[in-house]
Amino acid sequence: MSNVLTKVKLPYLLLLPGFLFLFTFFILPIVNLAQTSTQTPIAGGDTGQYEQTLQFSNYITAFTENKEQFARSFVFALCATILALAIAYPLAYAIAFKAGKLKNFLLVLVVAPFFVSFLLRTIAWKQILGEEGFVVPTLRNIGIIGQSTTLTSTSFAVVMGMTYNFLPFMTLPLYASLERIDPRTMEASGDLYANGITTFRKVTLPLSMPGVVAGTLLTFIPAAGDYVNAAILGSPNTKMIGNVIESRYFKIVDYPTAAALSFTLMAAILILVTLYIRKAGTEELV
Amino acid sequence: MADVSSATHGDLRLTRITKTYGDFTAVNDLSLTIPEGSFFALLGPSGCGKTTTLRMIAGLEEPTVGSIHLGATDITTKRPYQRPINTVFQNYALFPHLTIFENIAFGLRRRGIKDVTADVNKVLDLVELPHLAQRKPTQLSGGQQQRIALARAIVNRPALLLLDEPLGALDLKLRRQMQIELKWIQREVGLTFVHVTHDQEEAMTMADTIAVMNEGEIEQMGSPADLYDNPGTAFVANFLGQSNLIKGRIEGTDGDNLVVDLFGQKISMPKNRSHAVDKSMYAGIRPEKFRISLVGTPTRGNTLTGGRIEDVSYIGVSTQYQVLMPWGQEVMVFEQNDDGVPPFDKGDEVVISWEPNFTFALRGDDDVEAGLEVNPEELDEE
Repeated sequence: MSNVLTKVKLPYLLLLPGFLFLFTFFILPIVNLAQTSTQTPIAGGDTGQYEQTLQFSNYITAFTENKEQFARSFVFALCATILALAIAYPLAYAIAFKAGKLKNFLLVLVVAPFFVSFLLRTIAWKQILGEEGFVVPTLRNIGIIGQSTTLTSTSFAVVMGMTYNFLPFMTLPLYASLERIDPRTMEASGDLYANGITTFRKVTLPLSMPGVVAGTLLTFIPAAGDYVNAAILGSPNTKMIGNVIESRYFKIVDYPTAAALSFTLMAAILILVTLYIRKAGTEELV
Repeated sequence: MADVSSATHGDLRLTRITKTYGDFTAVNDLSLTIPEGSFFALLGPSGCGKTTTLRMIAGLEEPTVGSIHLGATDITTKRPYQRPINTVFQNYALFPHLTIFENIAFGLRRRGIKDVTADVNKVLDLVELPHLAQRKPTQLSGGQQQRIALARAIVNRPALLLLDEPLGALDLKLRRQMQIELKWIQREVGLTFVHVTHDQEEAMTMADTIAVMNEGEIEQMGSPADLYDNPGTAFVANFLGQSNLIKGRIEGTDGDNLVVDLFGQKISMPKNRSHAVDKSMYAGIRPEKFRISLVGTPTRGNTLTGGRIEDVSYIGVSTQYQVLMPWGQEVMVFEQNDDGVPPFDKGDEVVISWEPNFTFALRGDDDVEAGLEVNPEELDEE
């Protein structure tokens, strides 16, 4: 009897630590954030003093004031995701099918940037793209960019920084799903009159779709909410929504707007991701 | 794309094919003609080069030296998709993201055929699985996947169908059934089948012609009956069924027969069944060709005296005896159990005899152990 009881209870017991952690550090803060998003300043109070008033118009104000930054966030995130996919797919393909003995070494190289802090790496990009770096003078000399053009503080630099920073999140799921493909299905495709390109379109790519979906989500979601790249590599003209939220919280001390923006961002990402997964039809995949 | 399904293509000819990987020679100077319309088996143990040969025919590997012709066309360097050849892969290699219908239609669609429904349904009927058209491969049993892999290949009506250990993953009973079915399908569709296997029974059941391969070369080629009745080397004698190989010397001739001395006892055998190159030889007799008699009872044909039964195993359809001969060799004798209980006991003093026509002779310098050390369990992967 007690044995049966243990069996029934065990799964819940195993879930408990995770649940407690998430409750304390995810659910409670979210509820708190939701409350904050509908607060208004206390009349005659100091900066940063708010009271609960269920002021839902905070959302409308927050959104209309920051439409531009929202749009920019999603455009930048989309660009970075597409670029990362374009770089990571051939890389993951080569590691999965062509690397031979180098496979593990190359995988370590993909993960290696994680040994250095995210911030440091982004600051390093500022150096690389800066006036003193080798990139700008070289590009100027061969005439790809004008003599007065700079690369830092541009949208280009922000997108490049995000592409770089999220590349491993794209590469690893792609590698994992490519590596699972039985190479004999590709041989079978060739045997059945498909040339290399057709084999890729009809066999390899469809079979790697779980990796493409996972990789693009793992890149797009954090990229849309990112503010570090825009802060370090961008300018006031390339502000993303993450930067607005950050400054509302810590500089302007406008908690309700920051909270409302956070929720709007979450909702927007959730809707986009749902539509994307529907469209990609992952349930059709193995 | 060229029409790859036209009626006749001619024979497949491999001319002096060698394939090396670094220092390792997988296939060594192999020449082979596979007649159009035949069921041809490449039989051999793991690592004998049979799969490499098949992959070169499919275009998945390129020969280091030599050429491959299909009829008058040189296909040596053609890409797999340029050859009118389809393969049934060892693990089937069905496309997991496509339905059974689309798996079978894959080759037809790649060749630009618009209306595939009739052709696909026809082969689904042929393999008796029309109700599975809309399933995914993972929803099928091993035997069903095997049939779909076959259907996916034959729907293209290739000049040549290659089967790479097609039944290796199936259990024994299903394998027997599929052997008969494959043979039937081959007759039905009239395509040339080239079948690679390490299973001698499978090769003998299905193939018209078997090429026995060992260490990258063809040991012997012929019909299953030829290979079994008159093997040319110890490897073939041991790999295809079991053989008793007894060291002997050719003493002379008597008409169309050879007179052979086996440890002091004279036997005779037809001249044309000898592969010996000089006087030294091994006389080969299959275990089921021997008859056992108690000392003193009359015998026919060749006779060897002085045997003693060492071991008796009753296995239902037959009884297997180990008989110790005076020169210290144990020979195997299989007696049909057509008259009930085994009549001989361990320790009985016996004479063994057989029809002279069943004897074959191998070279005296052949390795009698060749083809024996093969453990079927190790052969599943190559």
